[in-house]
Amino acid sequence: MSGRNVVGKNVRKVDGLKLVTGGAAFTDDIQLPGMLYGKILGSPHAHARLKRIDTRKAKALLGVHAVLTYKDVPRVPHTTAGQSWPEPSPYDTYLLDSKVRYVGDRVAAVAAESRAIAERALRLIEVEYDVLPAVLDMEQAMAPGAAVIHDESDSKGIHDREHNVAGYIHRGIGDVEQGFRESDCIFEREFRTQRQQHCPIEPHITISWLDANDRLVIRTSTQVPYHTRRQVAMILQIPVSRVQVIKPRIGGGFGGKQEMLLEDIAGALAMAARRPVKIEYTREEEFYMARTRHPQILRMKMGVKRDGTILASHMIVLATTGAYGSHAGTVQGNTGSKVLPLYRAPNMLFHCHVVYTNTPVAGAFRGYGCPQGFFAQETLADEIARELGMDPLEFHSRNVIRLGDIDRLSAQLGEGKEGLPRVIRSCGLPQCMERGAEAIGWREKRAKTQDGGHLKRGVGMACTMQGSGIAGVDWASAFLKMNEDGAFFLQAGAADVGGGADTVLAQIAAETLGVTIDKIVITSGDTDSTPFDVGAYASSTTIISGGAVKKAAEKVRAQVLGLASKLLDTPPDKLECANNEVFTTCACRKSVSMSDLAMHALYKEKLQIMDGASHFNTDSPPPFCATFAEVEVDTETGQVRVVHLATAVDPGVAIHPKLAEGQVEGAVAQGLGYALTEELVLDGAGRPLNANFCDYKMFSAKDMPKLTTILVETDEPLGPFGAKSISEVPINGPAPAIANAIFDAVGVRIRKLPIRPEDVLKALRSEVAAQ
Amino acid sequence: MKTMEVRLKVNGEGKQFAVAPGEVLLDVLRREGYFGVKRGCEKGECGACTVLVNGRPVNSCLMFAAQAEGAEVLTIEGVAHGDVLDPVQEAFLDSGAVQCGFCTSGMIVSARALLDRRPDPTEEEVREVMAGHFCRCTGYLKPVEAVLAVARKTKRGGRKQTARVAR
Repeated sequence: MSGRNVVGKNVRKVDGLKLVTGGAAFTDDIQLPGMLYGKILGSPHAHARLKRIDTRKAKALLGVHAVLTYKDVPRVPHTTAGQSWPEPSPYDTYLLDSKVRYVGDRVAAVAAESRAIAERALRLIEVEYDVLPAVLDMEQAMAPGAAVIHDESDSKGIHDREHNVAGYIHRGIGDVEQGFRESDCIFEREFRTQRQQHCPIEPHITISWLDANDRLVIRTSTQVPYHTRRQVAMILQIPVSRVQVIKPRIGGGFGGKQEMLLEDIAGALAMAARRPVKIEYTREEEFYMARTRHPQILRMKMGVKRDGTILASHMIVLATTGAYGSHAGTVQGNTGSKVLPLYRAPNMLFHCHVVYTNTPVAGAFRGYGCPQGFFAQETLADEIARELGMDPLEFHSRNVIRLGDIDRLSAQLGEGKEGLPRVIRSCGLPQCMERGAEAIGWREKRAKTQDGGHLKRGVGMACTMQGSGIAGVDWASAFLKMNEDGAFFLQAGAADVGGGADTVLAQIAAETLGVTIDKIVITSGDTDSTPFDVGAYASSTTIISGGAVKKAAEKVRAQVLGLASKLLDTPPDKLECANNEVFTTCACRKSVSMSDLAMHALYKEKLQIMDGASHFNTDSPPPFCATFAEVEVDTETGQVRVVHLATAVDPGVAIHPKLAEGQVEGAVAQGLGYALTEELVLDGAGRPLNANFCDYKMFSAKDMPKLTTILVETDEPLGPFGAKSISEVPINGPAPAIANAIFDAVGVRIRKLPIRPEDVLKALRSEVAAQ
Repeated sequence: MKTMEVRLKVNGEGKQFAVAPGEVLLDVLRREGYFGVKRGCEKGECGACTVLVNGRPVNSCLMFAAQAEGAEVLTIEGVAHGDVLDPVQEAFLDSGAVQCGFCTSGMIVSARALLDRRPDPTEEEVREVMAGHFCRCTGYLKPVEAVLAVARKTKRGGRKQTARVAR
């Protein structure tokens, strides 16, 4: 896109300097006088009632300032999911309760003068549990006689509490049965996915205190400052305006921080102790007391004509949300609504039960239901293509959604309710497939025959899509004012969680106002000083918050041009802003600098140049992605090594190409872990077995394959400067692309994640036995 | 609680800290205001708390503060040269190696130590060092590229300098 000065340029990240110099930027980087250390007593049992709880000894311990149990706090059913009100997730959670529903569930909380005293106080709390039978296996959750996890009478929005069903979805278009009847071939397979943890390097942390005006201040690692403010106020029963939520720099979120998780208990402790309280998860606690990706069992059935045309897609999902229904219906809804419409099948049906189990709580996680769905759909697509004797690329080209299409399933499957139809106004998927295939060497490598050694190579691919904000739900606002030096303060409610949103928003403002990036000073994510924004999730920030910034900047630009028109004696339509000045476009070439203009406005005109705007979209333009993997499989050990992973993404216009690439590379690293190594494992009593970085294996710098990242830019009419989104879509591809590459290499299909060497070896051996 | 005095140098400055027995260097440094030293796991697994002790990268969560008696400790706060950024910091900014920034402090001090020892490392050597730092944002490509870019630049003798305070 020519003629742009800031958008599309790799400017330095606006918060980069403090991050490379160790500046005090994160939640924990302050010390308040008298600050206490908060700690939660987690349940040792997966399912139990508190028969008796005695906190007297803990309270008597020197240095303990508050001990809270369910007897001390209001009982307000709520969801921890950081979603727009009214949240589509069930209100099934309590600040503290007399029942615990998973290992690690809150029993009590303390605030003490040091971490050591807080930990000692926890040990002094006497609890007698009435241990209940636990439901750990999602396939047993709905069985007759299974223990009822949410038997309390005051929770709301649970689909069928008697059978532990948090959410149920049955939606579709056309008639799949008719579609199957018309098909030449029908394929049906079952897929299983695991419990993955976000592992932000900064675990959840909150510091809360009452300020001099007795308002509750919450400094916290969150993706959703505004939702958190509303939820905490409701739970603690104080007016929203008595709460301030401050989001400083965040050490990674990935969806795990789209959750009101520690803020309520930190606020309750701070109010009880009347002292500042810091509460943080240890790494171990982060694994099982924060959130995970929803494990799913997917049954996928597709009917195709002999030429490869898909006539019907039917996806049946059983998922578990763990002990609480945070994001239960919406994550699983996405598994249908963002995955099935990749193909233009006229008949689609999505059928899903989300069940409670006495396991760690699942929630939002980058991809939001799509990694599970695409693993099933794209692995099955590869199998179908091969059975039909088609190149998977050709099979995809024949079936994938294209420019001008209307995705009608989206209208059926919105966020916990009916949604809006999705119109494809930009689509770079064909180029993504072409360029990704070229990068991996698709045609040559598929044609190659294997030698007789034990290391076999293969290539596989997958196509995926996502959204850019939630249509008709997500919205944002921004405000701009001009300073004496011709710079602008940009106040945005948006929550930069590390991906560079502040930089991207500043670029959008700078481009619109015709100033350099250093002339935008951004404040974001503070509920007192910035206007409303739903927060950082659903790949919404660039398109929605960016849209608000662009609108606000256009309004301010009009004010700037209005004043310049007076100063330069030229009509506004003959004026342009660029490089920190306003100039005439006619031959006379008069100009005024932004700083002179600002001084004139403030001291002669007595005018603050300022304005704000709100923005939302009624559609959610999908970014598209094609992922290609080359793997090497050791047939003696079952070990899979990814040699090369190429990702071609259509994010619309990349406002900041390097940051966009970084989003792809980070998502791919998480996707590789999801495909091959990451799983939070529970024992037979629901206790985590590998809640640390040694036993829970993420990819390190040494484990990474060669990465190729290709940005296929398109121009999205609904996005600021043509931008869509990029942060989520690349995580969907690695698992199916790798599974398909393994098949290409050694001829076995793995339909369960993570793909462990023992599973590959077992499959190889049964393949040999079958021959 | 009983405390003991530990004398050491932090970022070239002589310091005397009162520490409790059993206190780890990470906790003492953060208490003394070196907030760039990050707490990620407290088990020596993530590398976010890395500082240099006598020039060698150390997980400060695994080292007793008392063990730092007489040592020279370098934290991220001491990497820049007064007002001028170190080339590693410059390269992290220019390569897009910084996303959330939480693991960045540790990565930069480790990279500095590597480059002091091996001014022209191979990619494999850089990855070996970076494997001590979990990063959940970048996929490691850009941090690795940043370190290699410093090595290339040092070889050419070029060095861009950025003042920390905008003027």
